[in-house]
Amino acid sequence: MILQIIVNGLTLGCTYALIALGYSMVYGSLRFINFAHGDVYMWGACFGLIFARIGNIPFPVALILTMICTGLLGVTVEFLAYRRLRNVPRVVVTASALGASIVLSNLARVVVGAETYAVPAFFETKYYTVGNLVFNSLQFVLLGCSIVLMIVLNWFISKSKYGKAIRATSENMDVTNLMGINTNLIISITFFIGSALAGAAGLLIGIYYDAVYSTMGYMAGMKAFTSAILGGIGSIPGAMLGGLILGQIESFGTTYISSSMGPAIAFAVLIVVLLVKPTGLFGAEDVHSNRV
Amino acid sequence: MMDIKKLLKNNRVQFGIVLVAAFFLPIFVKDASVMHVAILVLLYIILSLGLEIALGITDLFSLCHAAFYGMGAYVSALLSIHLGWSFWVTLPIAALSAGLFGLLIGLPALRTKGDYLAIATLGFGEIFRLILVNGGEFTRGPRGLTGIARPVLFGLDFTNKNVYYYIILFVTVIIFLVVYNIPRTFFGRALMAIRDDEDAAAFMGIRISRYKVAAFAISGLIAGIAGAFYAHYICYISPDTFVYNDSITILTMVLIGGGGTVIGPVLGAVLLTILPELLRSFVEYRMLIYGLIVVIMMQIRPHGILGGMNTRISYLESLMKPGEQKGKKEKEV
Repeated sequence: MILQIIVNGLTLGCTYALIALGYSMVYGSLRFINFAHGDVYMWGACFGLIFARIGNIPFPVALILTMICTGLLGVTVEFLAYRRLRNVPRVVVTASALGASIVLSNLARVVVGAETYAVPAFFETKYYTVGNLVFNSLQFVLLGCSIVLMIVLNWFISKSKYGKAIRATSENMDVTNLMGINTNLIISITFFIGSALAGAAGLLIGIYYDAVYSTMGYMAGMKAFTSAILGGIGSIPGAMLGGLILGQIESFGTTYISSSMGPAIAFAVLIVVLLVKPTGLFGAEDVHSNRV
Repeated sequence: MMDIKKLLKNNRVQFGIVLVAAFFLPIFVKDASVMHVAILVLLYIILSLGLEIALGITDLFSLCHAAFYGMGAYVSALLSIHLGWSFWVTLPIAALSAGLFGLLIGLPALRTKGDYLAIATLGFGEIFRLILVNGGEFTRGPRGLTGIARPVLFGLDFTNKNVYYYIILFVTVIIFLVVYNIPRTFFGRALMAIRDDEDAAAFMGIRISRYKVAAFAISGLIAGIAGAFYAHYICYISPDTFVYNDSITILTMVLIGGGGTVIGPVLGAVLLTILPELLRSFVEYRMLIYGLIVVIMMQIRPHGILGGMNTRISYLESLMKPGEQKGKKEKEV
């Protein structure tokens, strides 16, 4: 029983981690909460739905296409809604992000429709039983894809030239600019990667739950944000670990407390973390907490 | 001629003109649906004035204003349904309980700031909604509360929209005068000092924690008043009325009008309540257009329509001299 809960939590947690990475990266470089990120995730599910409906597209191709589409969507949102707001108060940028979130979710309502749609299967789902433990091939795919994406991202951020530029930008944008690095380009890349990962999560969750709807971004976005805070915002391993922990908390919470209070448990975790250790598990010391 | 122009620039004369126009509106408008929108405009003005205290004056980024609004509405409705109390008794109780709720949420405001506070308040708002949904027979869950009694006062007919309109207009004017005068009091100056520079304010001997919590509580109290009026006006409330979207609407009203200007949020509330009504014919595209307008407004006038008076950096300046203010401490409205 407990093992089953852990496995379910792990599948949930991996997708939270994938979305949380985008929040964390954007917060790291621009220092604001990209509220439109949850809707980019929703668009990932919508693109997945569209590709699945076209049919005859192998799963890896659909995944890569979805990631490219959502990546470009993220870059577009950054260009249209945030680029000109670099030097204004953060409340304004956040409001712009909230507006962008309304635009994206309603665009999906107009383009895809307002109902909940089932996703045609890319491959056959097989069920495996080990002792009392039941898991299916979808969970394997979900876990596998998430882990591979996270490893690739980790390599990219820590080893590649652009990864170094991303880290430099999040450390100090002005100095990075002085070093001759085009920070606008680096921020676009950050948005592309973050949005592509969220899109992958959207596609995977869309298939896993077999449901795509235009308002699915809000709750997933909030939980992913909670994961990002839990792990320490701006920290990439933190976002991954935060997602996994939150997935477990939710999985145990919905089993032992109440299934309808699942989201409330996640938010309670969020508030407790903000009050007790706002820098999260891996956060830098004292970035925003202030004296009383 | 010059005198008239001068007169028109006077704030009091402007208020007078708006007030007279608002007062005579029901005489010229006979359409009940237009009156309904007018009442909603007034309710949203009250809400955005409440948020103005937290966001505009003190720079506390709250995304749970809909929860305060809902707290006021639910407390008033539950008291009136379960105990049969009169609206005039439940109204102050509802306002006070929303204020206390604000106090409770204000406490984390002491430890978190900016976006983090926004997220924490968003979490509180969502927990509030989930408690309403899972409230069992007491809150009747997602079905909501029906049959809320209308107010009774001196034999006035409260099924008539005009009566509501005048009563809410009266309350709105009082709240407006209170909020308008806050920046002129010691309390208001302390709040603005906290907004502009917390450290300097602390050195001047301002008890930052008390003032922040007080700003949140007053903000909640005002939203609670609006909530009680809403519950007894519509006579039906459900958890769906007080969600995240409403908090965002109120927030954008303040930001589009111009945070920190008091008149700005009123203007924002008027514009953003009427706009969706005008867009009714575009059913599907309504919220899309609304979102686009929010994004575009933030690009064109980041400090709001009437902003720029109380803020030190204007958008144009920041575009022309991007290097200049990078060393300065970041200001949030």
